Amino acid sequence: MRFLLVEDNAELADSVVQRLGLDGHAVDHAATLSDAEAHLEVADYDLILLDVMLPDGDGRDFLARSRDRINTPVIVLTARSQISDRVGALDQGADDYITKPFDFSELEARCRAVLRRRGGLARNEITLGAAVFEPNAGTLRHGDAVMDLRNREIRLLEVFARNPGQILSKSQLLDRLFSQDADVTENAIEVYVGRLRKKLDGAGVRIETVRGLGYRMSL
Amino acid sequence: MTRQGASDAARGVRPSWPIARKLTLFLAAIVALLALVSWGMVTSFAREAAGRTQDNILAASATSIAETLRSEGGQVRLELPYAAFSMLGAISEDRVFYRVAAGDDVLTGYADLEGPDVTPGEPSFGTLPYRDMNVRAVSVMRVILADGEAVPITVTLAQTRGGVRGIAAGLSRQAAYLSVAVFLLAVGMSAFAVRSSLRPLNTMAQHVSTRGPSDLRPLRRRGPPELMPLVRALNRLMDRLGGSIKRSEDFIAEAAHRVRTPLAIVRTQAEIALHSVEEEAQKQTLRRVIRAVDDSSRSASQLLDHAMVSFRADDLARERVDLPALAEGVADALRPTAEMKDIDIALAISPAEVEGDAILIQNALRNVLDNAIKYSPAETIVRVSVGNGGGEARIAVSDEGPGFGEEPAAHLMERFKRGDKVEGVVGSGLGLTIAEEALSAHGGRLELGRNVEGGGACVSLILPAA
Amino acid sequence: MRVLDLARRVIAAAALMTISGLACAQEFEIEDRRTYPGTGSATLRVISTADLDVIEPFLLRFQAANPEVGVDYVVASSSELNRAIRGGAEFDLALSSAMDLQFTLANDGFAQSYRSGVTDALPDWARWRDQLFAFTAEPAVIVINEARFSGLPLPRTRAELVTMLRDNPDRFAGSVGTYDLRVSGLGYLFATQEARSSDAYWRLTEVMGRLNARLYCCSSQMIDDVASGDLALAYNVLGSYAEQRLDEDAGLAILPLEDFANVMLRTALIPVTAIEVDAAATMLDALLREGMGQGTAEPVLPPLQTRGEADQLPFGPIRLGPALMVYLDRLNRESFLEAWNAAMVQQ
Repeated sequence: MRFLLVEDNAELADSVVQRLGLDGHAVDHAATLSDAEAHLEVADYDLILLDVMLPDGDGRDFLARSRDRINTPVIVLTARSQISDRVGALDQGADDYITKPFDFSELEARCRAVLRRRGGLARNEITLGAAVFEPNAGTLRHGDAVMDLRNREIRLLEVFARNPGQILSKSQLLDRLFSQDADVTENAIEVYVGRLRKKLDGAGVRIETVRGLGYRMSL
Repeated sequence: MTRQGASDAARGVRPSWPIARKLTLFLAAIVALLALVSWGMVTSFAREAAGRTQDNILAASATSIAETLRSEGGQVRLELPYAAFSMLGAISEDRVFYRVAAGDDVLTGYADLEGPDVTPGEPSFGTLPYRDMNVRAVSVMRVILADGEAVPITVTLAQTRGGVRGIAAGLSRQAAYLSVAVFLLAVGMSAFAVRSSLRPLNTMAQHVSTRGPSDLRPLRRRGPPELMPLVRALNRLMDRLGGSIKRSEDFIAEAAHRVRTPLAIVRTQAEIALHSVEEEAQKQTLRRVIRAVDDSSRSASQLLDHAMVSFRADDLARERVDLPALAEGVADALRPTAEMKDIDIALAISPAEVEGDAILIQNALRNVLDNAIKYSPAETIVRVSVGNGGGEARIAVSDEGPGFGEEPAAHLMERFKRGDKVEGVVGSGLGLTIAEEALSAHGGRLELGRNVEGGGACVSLILPAA
Repeated sequence: MRVLDLARRVIAAAALMTISGLACAQEFEIEDRRTYPGTGSATLRVISTADLDVIEPFLLRFQAANPEVGVDYVVASSSELNRAIRGGAEFDLALSSAMDLQFTLANDGFAQSYRSGVTDALPDWARWRDQLFAFTAEPAVIVINEARFSGLPLPRTRAELVTMLRDNPDRFAGSVGTYDLRVSGLGYLFATQEARSSDAYWRLTEVMGRLNARLYCCSSQMIDDVASGDLALAYNVLGSYAEQRLDEDAGLAILPLEDFANVMLRTALIPVTAIEVDAAATMLDALLREGMGQGTAEPVLPPLQTRGEADQLPFGPIRLGPALMVYLDRLNRESFLEAWNAAMVQQ
């Protein structure tokens, strides 16, 4: 996905760009509203992450001004958690809001939710042997059978699918899969891996256990 | 009484004597003093006047006796005039004694009656003991020429003082009745006057106390000029209060911004680092950092929410709130978070309306629902039901998490109010406190219970139905 | 009888001379005494100027109502009574027709105070200091022998009386009687009050003096002499005594004068020396009830109500008050008697 991050704090912006990059997203950074306008002139974005307190104005005012021109979904980043702020942001055209500091898993979930709501999520199919995995729809087709995958299953399978043949440690998977607040143990990974193995059964794709190291998907 | 006293003491208000009573008593004391003084004065005037009357009569009688003194053939003669004695008996039934003497020679009358010292021309008065009682005596001296010799004749007339005392006592008694009557009247009138002068104060107090605690508009009441300083002081106080509330809000917002931005940087950096480090020990450390940042951020949110709830609860908006719509909105907002743990938010909705502040109710529900999601195991269901019954609207949020254990709900509330950590439910306390405050501002309440079906917690938000 | 009278006169005169100071003599002359024993031990000692035959019905009524109280009734002249009380004689009740002496007794502290519902009901003019209580109102009257006046128009005023006496010296010489003021306290009281009220008194006295008026100590003797025809007229006789005699003696009449009448109040007091105070109070109340016409039977003496009739006349009863002391004063008495003597005993 391609993001436009409008955030005046350079350090935070760098971190976010870097972090989203790790998940394979492309992020442009604008430090001011005028900067953001310039970016929007020349490029199309899947999603705008908009800070509210900016040097050249309030992000919400910008939103209200440009809502009719720009159809891109907007998630407002705010440090203020007052509901009145949130409501204000939503009223003025934001699709969702997230409070700083945010969990990137949650941000991703929210992005997905917003995009799904807006119908702006691209069709995206990954062929895994005889099965076809659609992460955005959350389905796995295998022959005539269409299986709905749960959120965590989708994300785990996505990780494996994007890194075929690579050994992924339980710890790595844990960090990619779960937000950090829940006390999830590595046993949970075994449970989800077990489920995926069952669902991929017969598709010619296997998730192997590499003793002592982790798991590897082999086609 | 004791409850009232306790609550007053808790608010730092220790009432001294009520002004009205104090003033009334004070005025009553003054009136009593005045009544007493005037009674005393009347009594002493009466005594003096009665005494003077007696003196005058005595003097007139004695003088008229002295005027009958004459010399006949070298003999001093006199006739007691009938009128002189008749006069003495006219106003009282006092005993009368008299003595007419030329030097020590008693001419007639009571030989043992010794009058006050006297000089010719002027009657002299004295109160003196005679026959076991006190008598008022007058002596008049007249010089008679007998045989070419000047003989000073002293006429002494004495009377007991019962009549004087009786008259004075009668007057004094009447003055006492009058004083008591005046006292009672004055006390009644002063009580009335005090009450009516304090009425503006009372109405002002009522006016202030019936307005919302955060209704900080200046008082615009007309009143006596004595109250104006108080009104101005109150208005200044409210002005300052309003200003400081605004400043604290700004300060909180600013503080949140200042705290959260660096937290966000730390968190993001920690996540990035988590991806790049290989060593498990380092990963653990980073995870702990992230968790700590999340806790801080959550606490900050809740503190802000709490401040906001306290602020809004003081001046509650009263608008119709459609609870199903509100619940759906909150559920939608939290669904992405829930989905991350494969938690379904199941809504069971029937129509319910309340009157109040939508933002507060939203906030309450969000905190409760957020808690439920946070402490529910993955792949469970959080049920939100909205309904109406028995004059109450109810939003119940039940989860399949660890619940609140066996502890009574009230006890638990007490614990979370104190900020204690419930095992495994870190940070849930403040969220529930926020919800509870938001609800009680609406005349509602929060009920903590157990989810009968799933075995987790069931938190009900109860509001009076509109 | 004569000797007794003489002695009585002397003693009475002596007593009258000492109106103040303490009388030392314990002895006093009594005229009569009767004892009515009661069933109880208490004996009420009464000293009175009222003759027994007048008062006895009352005493008997009192004993009927209070049988436990014995009564020791002593009759004495008013001056003797005065002397007795001043001398500290132990009596429980003193009843006297001499208002002035009774008054000085109270004034000089020989009476004790007493109040009851009955004394409170008494009109103000009939009591003094709750010590002296009037229980009769008795006028001084002129008693005549009608036979001695035959052919003469009866005078209606003192002036007419004076004229009639002066114009008929033959008929009335030696036939007019009145009190000897030197011995009779009551006569002196009537005379002084009358002298104060009307100058006719002195003219009358002069006329009587010229007619060689006979002087008496007491009303009853005067009435006796009028009844017997020795006297044609007795001046200033106690009306109550005279009324009782009208029925017995035909030809006796009271000469009604229209100008004025002196009314004497018979008074009672409880001496400070009283012992049976309760019994004295009971009798005093009974006396006063009769005096106010509230008694169980016809009162033995004219009740106070006659005051109502007296009010119709120009002069009311003699007032209880310090003025009564005036003529008792030694000097006043001397000069009054001197003037009286000069008028009455001219030759």
